[in-house]
Amino acid sequence: MSPVVGSPVLAQGRGTWDWEFAWEILPDLLRGMWVTVQIAVLGMGIALVLGLVLAIARRSRVHVIRWPVGFVIEFIRSTPLLVQLYFLFIVLPQSFDIVLPAFTLAVAGLGVHYACYTSESYRAGIESVERGQWEAATALSLSKADTWRTVVLPQAVPRVIPALGNYVVASLKDAPIASAITVGTVLGVADYIQSRTFRSMEVYTLAGVLFLAVSIPAAIGVRYLERRLGNPT
Amino acid sequence: MSIRQTFENLLDGAAVTLQVTALAVAWGTVLAVLVGLAGLSRSIVLRAVVRVYVEVFRGVSAVILLFWVYFALPAFGFFLSPLQAGVLALGINLAAYGSEIVRGAVQAVPRGQTEAATAINLSAPRRTWSIVLPQATVAMLPPYGNLVIEVMKASALVSLISLHDLTYEAQNLRRLPGSDSLEVFTAVLILYFAISLGITGIVRLLERRFGRGLDIGRAAAVK
Repeated sequence: MSPVVGSPVLAQGRGTWDWEFAWEILPDLLRGMWVTVQIAVLGMGIALVLGLVLAIARRSRVHVIRWPVGFVIEFIRSTPLLVQLYFLFIVLPQSFDIVLPAFTLAVAGLGVHYACYTSESYRAGIESVERGQWEAATALSLSKADTWRTVVLPQAVPRVIPALGNYVVASLKDAPIASAITVGTVLGVADYIQSRTFRSMEVYTLAGVLFLAVSIPAAIGVRYLERRLGNPT
Repeated sequence: MSIRQTFENLLDGAAVTLQVTALAVAWGTVLAVLVGLAGLSRSIVLRAVVRVYVEVFRGVSAVILLFWVYFALPAFGFFLSPLQAGVLALGINLAAYGSEIVRGAVQAVPRGQTEAATAINLSAPRRTWSIVLPQATVAMLPPYGNLVIEVMKASALVSLISLHDLTYEAQNLRRLPGSDSLEVFTAVLILYFAISLGITGIVRLLERRFGRGLDIGRAAAVK
């Protein structure tokens, strides 16, 4: 190590863009981006299912179910994903002897975090189903489960698809945070390359550009979906 | 380390979290209002620039933007401290969303208000500042409050560029011999939760303050 205080970049000063170096690191960054997309997609898969369960649980007539679920949703929504990931990564093995791969924890953490967001969207969708629909289901003496499955959800879920789409993009943007718990996301790969080469300009710029190359089309796709389905909320 | 010392460290961290959040929200809001109003401009060039800004910065991940600002900008000749980098990145991120909230709220102010202001001969800046924005603020506040909480949560990311915020202090404390990571992280999560409850409370107060005498927004409904 040189005795210079501060970041290596500071010691190095202004750099010039090196295309050859950029080309060299591209495959690794692409792999990192692929990992990022996987975390977001799998996490959102959990969020879409768990969010619906939470939304229904929050409407339960039983206080012992409704109140804790409501509190947990608010709590998770109000605290940083980064700290939640640290919690899973550090506290689970130390205090509960549960050791899971970092990738699994990242997917679970992101999934639960966004489930608390999607549950609120589902709730809005469920509340938008007219009273008469519930009453009609009762009049037909449908069971509770059948009312949800055949009457309420088929009307509620399509209405919230645009809102859910926005969370797909949001979760993609949060996925790189998983590099803080050692997952090789695009950011984790960038950090690694930077620490070995001390070249930050190409690494982080390319990481940003690669990210935008996925997130902007995703955002446009979601908006297209939104227009196609209409936005009732 | 005594419990008191631990608690003091966490409070110091919370102070930094609040500082980063407040500065980012302050500068991000200035940017959001400017970008939001520019998005309603008659100039097609200005509107196009705003479109690109919103698309790019809504698309970019806050953590990647933060790392780019802190690690890559110096290579381009701009040196920022961790605090400056954090505030800059979080503010830019807030403005990309905030500008859309501002734009929507301004568009929701009835046209008649602008027309009446024109009729009593107010200049264009005066119309915007004294007539349109105060009314738009009421409609802006609830979504803006959520946005501020998102920024507060995202401020945890500055611990990754070595700013000593709440999350950083948590990592510090749990590494100490004899500390219990479960206790440390639970305490930190509760502190974050308390901060966001505080933000929600402030936004409620502001809603009431700005809602006085107006018949739009949530403030009117609870009156």
